[in-house]
Amino acid sequence: MTTDGSGRLPTAFHQPGVGSFADFLGMHAPDMMPGRRTLGPGTVDAPHGTTIVSVTFDGGVVMAGDRRATMGNIIAQRDIEKVFQADEHSCVGIAGTAGLAIELVRLFQVELEHYEKLQGATLSLEGKANRLSMMIRGNLPMAMQGLAVVPLFAGYDLLVTDPTKAGRIFSFDITGGRYEEHSFHAVGSGSMFARGALKKFFREDFTQQDAVRACVEALYDAADDDSATGGPDLTRQIYPVVVSCTVDGFHRVADDVLHDIVTRVVDARMTRPGGPAAPLS
Amino acid sequence: MSAPFYVSPEQLMKDRADYARKGIARGRSNVVLQYADGILFVAENASKALHKISEVYDRIAFAAVGRYNEFENLRVAGVRLADLTGYTYDRRDVTGRTIANAYAQTLGAIFSGAGEKPYEVEIVVAEVGDDADGDTIYRLTYDGSVADEHGFVAMGGQAEHITGLLKERYVAGASLADALRLAVDVLTQAPDGEMRSLAAEQLEVAALVRSRSRRAFRRYLGPQLEALLGSSHPHHAEVVEPSVTPVDPTDQDPGNNPSF
Repeated sequence: MTTDGSGRLPTAFHQPGVGSFADFLGMHAPDMMPGRRTLGPGTVDAPHGTTIVSVTFDGGVVMAGDRRATMGNIIAQRDIEKVFQADEHSCVGIAGTAGLAIELVRLFQVELEHYEKLQGATLSLEGKANRLSMMIRGNLPMAMQGLAVVPLFAGYDLLVTDPTKAGRIFSFDITGGRYEEHSFHAVGSGSMFARGALKKFFREDFTQQDAVRACVEALYDAADDDSATGGPDLTRQIYPVVVSCTVDGFHRVADDVLHDIVTRVVDARMTRPGGPAAPLS
Repeated sequence: MSAPFYVSPEQLMKDRADYARKGIARGRSNVVLQYADGILFVAENASKALHKISEVYDRIAFAAVGRYNEFENLRVAGVRLADLTGYTYDRRDVTGRTIANAYAQTLGAIFSGAGEKPYEVEIVVAEVGDDADGDTIYRLTYDGSVADEHGFVAMGGQAEHITGLLKERYVAGASLADALRLAVDVLTQAPDGEMRSLAAEQLEVAALVRSRSRRAFRRYLGPQLEALLGSSHPHHAEVVEPSVTPVDPTDQDPGNNPSF
């Protein structure tokens, strides 16, 4: 940290009216901002995270991610975590270049908490989504070199009075476009398969348990058809990261609970590998 | 051309200190004290929106008295420094000492710099540790001097008087309700022994709670605060009580009598 001769904090620290940590960082230490690096020519091989799914239910939203990171044909890591708590009532999952995505999530977490501390109030759910979209846009030069980051953001909207509609999901494209999704969504390399599965599973009257089960099934289907998505690893006891956001806040589903759910999903697939049948009528 | 008046450096510093002290003395007081499960902050503050107590980081909080725009500016700078340090290194690398040092340097430079008026503020930076011995409380004054306090701190207009009362009555390891009762008692007792009454709406109460997992800071508001005040501090007793001499709990316990 640079100070003037007197040893007091630099002027950026005393600048009034800036509630954003990213803006402060941009003023005081621009080289620490994720999007502001100069890139050399050529491409690099870096670990990529894959599939994230999210499903709403009556009273909130569930998000889940598989545990695999790939680098070309190599499994770079088999227990990576790609779903994070953003703040008390929201979560964020990331697909794309793992290193950049995790840095982006860290900045986003600090951003939300920083605003909360400075202003004494939390941002609205849309406000948080917009902030994330601006950060993604800042990463566009990197994305054009193949280092894209695609997050999925979900949370419980405290400003919505009807709890059946309070769980909300936002998706983003690499140019920072922000889109609200209804009922469910998936991002990452296995997302086509996961989304197809969720389309058949989803019911308006889902409970939290139903939503968790649907997420685990959808990730299984993604892993079934996409080599970059990892299925539940029963031999090593590595299960998807599953989190929920409700009026009571953020909650990560414990591994022993997941163990039971995953075991049931895998057992059912022993007799019917395609997963639960959707009735035609 | 007339020669400029000579003012000795001693006189200059004394004038600046008097100026700052007078400004601080006009404000209401704040009390910070350690209790069984953390550190409690109690301020007399009628405003719901303009805080005198706030969160800086996971285990660190800030309390101030004096001029609002000046301590608010320092609070924001502290939050920025904490978040920047935590983002650059790790959350565990942010300490109360880092923040207190930055405040001390800044306040010191402002106090002795010729271009600015001294800040009329007094600040406490407190960090809750894994146990009571790990708690740290730094008290910073307008001229940038830092004191490492133990047990309790009082700031503001009545600081000396309240510190005197706390010296007599403070006991380590009190419950939250008891610590709050003590804080309210000392804030409401004027130097002449007169008791004022302070309703829940006139108090800003917060604590760094040791047992909370990450962010230890929490505020006590509305019904929760009233329940807490009511549980150990019946409101009518405060008004009726003609007490001029505070009851010292150590008086009744010969084991604690310093003459033994």
